[in-house]
Amino acid sequence: MTKIKFATKDVDVFYGDKHAIKEVSVEIEDKAVTAFIGPSGCGKSTFLRCLNRMNDTIDIARIEGEILLDGEDIYDRRVDPVQLRAKVGMVFQKPNPFPKSVYDNVAYGPRIHGLARNKSELDAIVEKSLRRGAIWDEVKDRLNEPGTGLSGGQQQRLCIARAVATEPEVLLMDEPCSALDPIATGQVENLIDELRKNYCVIIVTHSMQQAARVSHKTAFFHLGNMVEFGETDEIFHNPNDPRTESYISGRIG
Amino acid sequence: MANTAARGKHRESLLGGHAASAMLRRRRWAERRQKAYGIAAILIAATALFSLIGSVAFQASGAVTEAYVKLPVALSVEDIDPDRTGDAEIILRGNFNGVAKAALRSAFPQIADRAGRRELYDVVSSGAAFELAEHVSSNTELVGQTIEYRFLASDVADLYLKGSFGSLREQDKTGLVSITINEGAARISSSSDDFASVLAQVKAQLSVDAMRLRRHAARQNNAVSVYQRRAAAAGSEEVRADAMTRMESARDLRDSLLAEAERLEDRAGSAKAAEGLDREDRSVFIRAGGGWIKLTALDGSTAEGNVISPLAGDIENSADWTLLKTDLPEAARKISDTQIMVIEELQSMGAMESVFNWRFFSSGDSREPELAGIWGATVGSFWTMLVTFLLAFPAGVAAAIYLEEFAPKNRFTGFIEVNINNLAAVPSIVFGLLGLSVFLGVFGVPRSAPLAGGIVLALMTLPTIIIAARAAIKAVPPSIRDAALAVGASNVQASFHHMLPLAMPGILTGTIIGMAQALGETAPLIMIGMVAFIVDIPSGITDSASVLPVQVFRWSDFPERAFEAKTGAAICVLLVFLVIMNAIAIVLRRRFERRW
Repeated sequence: MTKIKFATKDVDVFYGDKHAIKEVSVEIEDKAVTAFIGPSGCGKSTFLRCLNRMNDTIDIARIEGEILLDGEDIYDRRVDPVQLRAKVGMVFQKPNPFPKSVYDNVAYGPRIHGLARNKSELDAIVEKSLRRGAIWDEVKDRLNEPGTGLSGGQQQRLCIARAVATEPEVLLMDEPCSALDPIATGQVENLIDELRKNYCVIIVTHSMQQAARVSHKTAFFHLGNMVEFGETDEIFHNPNDPRTESYISGRIG
Repeated sequence: MANTAARGKHRESLLGGHAASAMLRRRRWAERRQKAYGIAAILIAATALFSLIGSVAFQASGAVTEAYVKLPVALSVEDIDPDRTGDAEIILRGNFNGVAKAALRSAFPQIADRAGRRELYDVVSSGAAFELAEHVSSNTELVGQTIEYRFLASDVADLYLKGSFGSLREQDKTGLVSITINEGAARISSSSDDFASVLAQVKAQLSVDAMRLRRHAARQNNAVSVYQRRAAAAGSEEVRADAMTRMESARDLRDSLLAEAERLEDRAGSAKAAEGLDREDRSVFIRAGGGWIKLTALDGSTAEGNVISPLAGDIENSADWTLLKTDLPEAARKISDTQIMVIEELQSMGAMESVFNWRFFSSGDSREPELAGIWGATVGSFWTMLVTFLLAFPAGVAAAIYLEEFAPKNRFTGFIEVNINNLAAVPSIVFGLLGLSVFLGVFGVPRSAPLAGGIVLALMTLPTIIIAARAAIKAVPPSIRDAALAVGASNVQASFHHMLPLAMPGILTGTIIGMAQALGETAPLIMIGMVAFIVDIPSGITDSASVLPVQVFRWSDFPERAFEAKTGAAICVLLVFLVIMNAIAIVLRRRFERRW
């Protein structure tokens, strides 16, 4: 039985006068990986950032339509974005660990949300998160060294560990592998496969192969429209829309 | 070959053709020229800096030591504690001025006339009696005893010892001297022409003076002819009369100058042997038989003089004498011949000593240069800077965070931004006027207090801090902010936990620049009364105080020569203060510095 985690209805996003997202309606399943693909500037990242209200920080951004998380409207005036973001974690394109120790990077979220009552609980959360981020073995001896001293792939997994430390239900990933080499990419992809057992994972990617490898469902965006959404196998082997077909086969994009 | 050249020079070969190598040469030459410009600019800047520091340090070198006069003092009970109370308070109010003067008189009984006595007292600082009073009142058992006490020398004596009035030069002499004294007047004769060279110097000086007068006269002569022409060309009777009177006064001046010059030349050229010496001439002394004679007239081998310190008696054909001459005439120096004699005598007695000038670093301001110190102004500067920092830093950083992180971008915040930038360009004295009318006038902040100065300087520093802090916050990568927000931090948490620590090095740099500016600021502080003469060391932010740059400004304005050195030394202290502030900034910056 699949459960719908996110449901959006006719979402429009405007950057000033620019109509960046046009009437996107999509239903995203829980405990599965959903990939957003499409050429640069098609709005897939913008749409992803709507899901945890990161667009709130941009003054000129305006959002219309309805986005439901477990049936609740996340743009309801009573919803605090801080609470939402604790539930919907995010990993960015470029690894962006805080210039603090590995431990503090992971512990920051639990600390500000008051998830640990004492030091040993916090230690346990940090260890669990780092294990989930598949980086525990590499950093367990250097928890007090700065997170910025790790390699690119390690930094990105540290950021994933940081995102899961607040016990989110959804994990948004904005091109998490675009700054990584193939080996680090492979590690992160394996991690994503691991994570989807516990989380609803939504990943934006440039790489169609990556979408094919890690995702169950794929949405294809083009010029602000969601052109097609369906099972990943369907999209890649038997697309309905000619634009999807052109993109998949490399004629546009 | 021609073909390849046509296709493009860079394809010819690695070594290039003629045209290509010429172009490369030009490029290399341009590069070298740029480098030379840069080096030249650095050299000019370094020369300017070093000559500045060098001249200030040279000026300040005169304040490194201070002189003391060691004299036996009889602490008579009658003068100090006539009622024999033994109470420190009463002793403090005793007549120590008289005691100190008596000590000087008994050291130099030969100086008996009133003018001479006054000059004698001026060898010792007027503050020395107070110090003696404090010394005795804290050691009351000394009353009635005779003690050896170190009196602080006056500024004039100190300057003389440092050579500011030229030195007393010993002249060559070969002959034996005979001196006969009659009622204070001495007749000196030497067995050889020992006074001839001094006489020649005096006469040469007369010629130089005469020439200077003739140059003056020539200028007046020009004026005479100009006014004559003007009178001839005058349109109205009135103008003509005016020109004529001016011409006449110039002519009179010219004639008197010429007459004076002629008189001097006569003296210089005359074969008349004896030449009189007066205040306008360099003083010549003879030291023999334990006394001093100041010469009033001299000839090749004979001289006349006044005894200013008595000799043991008449001297017959003695080789044991010295002929001394000053570099400056008495009229051109602050120190009199009597005082020179006193100081030289004290020195030969071993009663003068020069020690490191701790007083300068530990005492407050004074009208007496030898008593004046920089500590009051330093403490004043410290309090003022403390107030400035405590007001400007939190306010500036808070304003910068608000404008950068929270403020909506609308017309109003745009207006505020423009005005903050404008505020940075407002002349500092305007802030002084504001402080005078608002803080002193309306809010009643105490005048001359570091609190008032600190508020004014905080206003002045605020825009600098805001601008620097905004730039520093802007320079923090937005990805850090995104990361914080994505784990559920609020805007305030993201700003204070992540943005601010990363921006701190830049903010501190800006703050120190602003504070350094404030530290060197004089104009606004003058407006709020910090230019007042304050002797006490301020013990808090509401006490009257002065600050270092104002102290420099005040001392540079004082007529006493000794303040020159104090001014230089005060500038050095100001520079050291600045260096310390910068060092603190660097340490703090290192602390906060993190890479991302």
